[in-house]
Amino acid sequence: MTRNRLAKPLLFYSFASLLAVFALIPFFWMVSTSLKSKGALISIPIEWIPEKISFEGYNKIFTVFPFAKAIFNSLFVSIASTSLVIASALMAAYVFAKIEFKGREVVFALFLATMMVPGQVTMIPVFLVLKEFQLLNSFTGLLLPTIFNPFAIFMLRQHIKTIHNDFVDAAFIDGASQANIFLRIIVPLSMPIVATLGIVTFMGAWNDYFWPLIVLSDKELMTLPLALNSLNGQYASEYNTLMAGSLISMLPIILLYIFAQGFFKTGLQLGGIK
Amino acid sequence: MQSERNRKKWLTIILFLLPSTIGLLVFSVIPIVYSLVISFTDWNGLNPWNLAAGTPDFIGFGNFKSILEGEEFWRVLKNTMYYIVLYIPLILIASVLAAVLLNNTYKAIGLYRVIFFIPVLTSWVAAALIWKWLLSDEYGPINAILSFVGIDGPAWLQDRIWAMPGIVFASIWKDMGFFALIILGGLQAINPTYYEAAHMDGANFWSRFIRITLPLLSPMLFFVLIMCVINSFQLFPQVMIMTQDAGPYGSTQVMVERIYKFAFKYYKMGYASSFSWILFVIIFVFTAVQMKLQKKWVHYDS
Repeated sequence: MTRNRLAKPLLFYSFASLLAVFALIPFFWMVSTSLKSKGALISIPIEWIPEKISFEGYNKIFTVFPFAKAIFNSLFVSIASTSLVIASALMAAYVFAKIEFKGREVVFALFLATMMVPGQVTMIPVFLVLKEFQLLNSFTGLLLPTIFNPFAIFMLRQHIKTIHNDFVDAAFIDGASQANIFLRIIVPLSMPIVATLGIVTFMGAWNDYFWPLIVLSDKELMTLPLALNSLNGQYASEYNTLMAGSLISMLPIILLYIFAQGFFKTGLQLGGIK
Repeated sequence: MQSERNRKKWLTIILFLLPSTIGLLVFSVIPIVYSLVISFTDWNGLNPWNLAAGTPDFIGFGNFKSILEGEEFWRVLKNTMYYIVLYIPLILIASVLAAVLLNNTYKAIGLYRVIFFIPVLTSWVAAALIWKWLLSDEYGPINAILSFVGIDGPAWLQDRIWAMPGIVFASIWKDMGFFALIILGGLQAINPTYYEAAHMDGANFWSRFIRITLPLLSPMLFFVLIMCVINSFQLFPQVMIMTQDAGPYGSTQVMVERIYKFAFKYYKMGYASSFSWILFVIIFVFTAVQMKLQKKWVHYDS
């Protein structure tokens, strides 16, 4: 019995720590590399901890590349696309959840059905259309497609459906307009799920690589993943610079996650149910 | 009064659905039709409004035929299968193990949860850059560790056999936390009375895991499996960044990478569109087959 009582935690901590090491070693290596001078990168045997701390990589990334601009671009794009997704999805979700009309289920089914087609099918025509309207290489072109997000609509509709009809009916009898009901009742009562969706969308936009890669090519417009990718092409051997950039690019998201952990957990579990 | 109310209702419906519906039409429905039309053409994508004006040549199933008869498509499919065969069992084992561990009540659990999840938060570009450097032939720590135990590690990403396993490692590292969290949700939904009953019968940890946990978890595992397979067919950033331009001898060429290159590097829009529809059909068939097979192993607790 005593043996068992000791064995269980021991087993837990050894397995959990093993996985934790697997998860953390790459970050350890990233931080260590980012603090090395160029010469120390290729020393043999390898230096696990840099013998001499050097900020060469951090200096270089801001001097040879508009990296500060990329940070700003990423912030702008992520905030803008999160706002667009939430505003348009909340409005649609409200209609699908609370207003009865003929053909509603059919329209909703059509919205959901589009989730089945992989993005690779639609991206070529969307690219061609954006090109025709000269919206390539602009944030407008990058952000416009986010106004339709079936997953967000679905998630919000499931939530708004659970808001009791009595709230809506009572306001209606008091003469409140639909816009008032939406803004004063539905939106405030949806805040927890909106926060979750917002965090998930923000992270998705912050980390997105594929769509910006297709739409943006101007150095001044690049978001962080694109900036890193472009540095990877130019400074392929200067890993101190690349790792400094990677570290900077992930810090805001890790901080956001630590602050918003509670929201995020429920969000992922909801995402899992979809 | 009634009609006034009705008019207002429809006004709300139209106004509120307007942004999403415009988006649905412009960025989803019309592109799907458009993509299908251009998949039957040989076209470089110039003058998109002049589809009928002679620039694109309608060649029927020509693209599909040349893709399926060519050697490239099958190589790409083989590469993806290689990835799937390595990735799926490993990711399932790793994420179930992580979920089972996180389903404890030890003090440090919150910390482990954060640690396991950090890779998920990382962008694929940063993650791929880190792994490219970790797997570096001479100066990478992975081969340094291997040489410590007397193994002469391969030049991972420059080797036609080892490039894909290198990408698989990076993917497992990146995805484990995400799937672990989903599986954890499933674990926490299992009714504890099952375990109490099994405990009374003297079942040990392993037999409880096999007889109770896995069957009751099977709907969640099914969901994770479906997602993993879909994601595997859409493999992209890892390949682009870790093995610049798809590996030695095209050993890490995969479908999305091909679609991207054909469309946006070689401007073969028709050919790329056909490729994307083949990708859609493959994903659809694989998902349908799994839906069919689930009856054999997924148990719904009802």
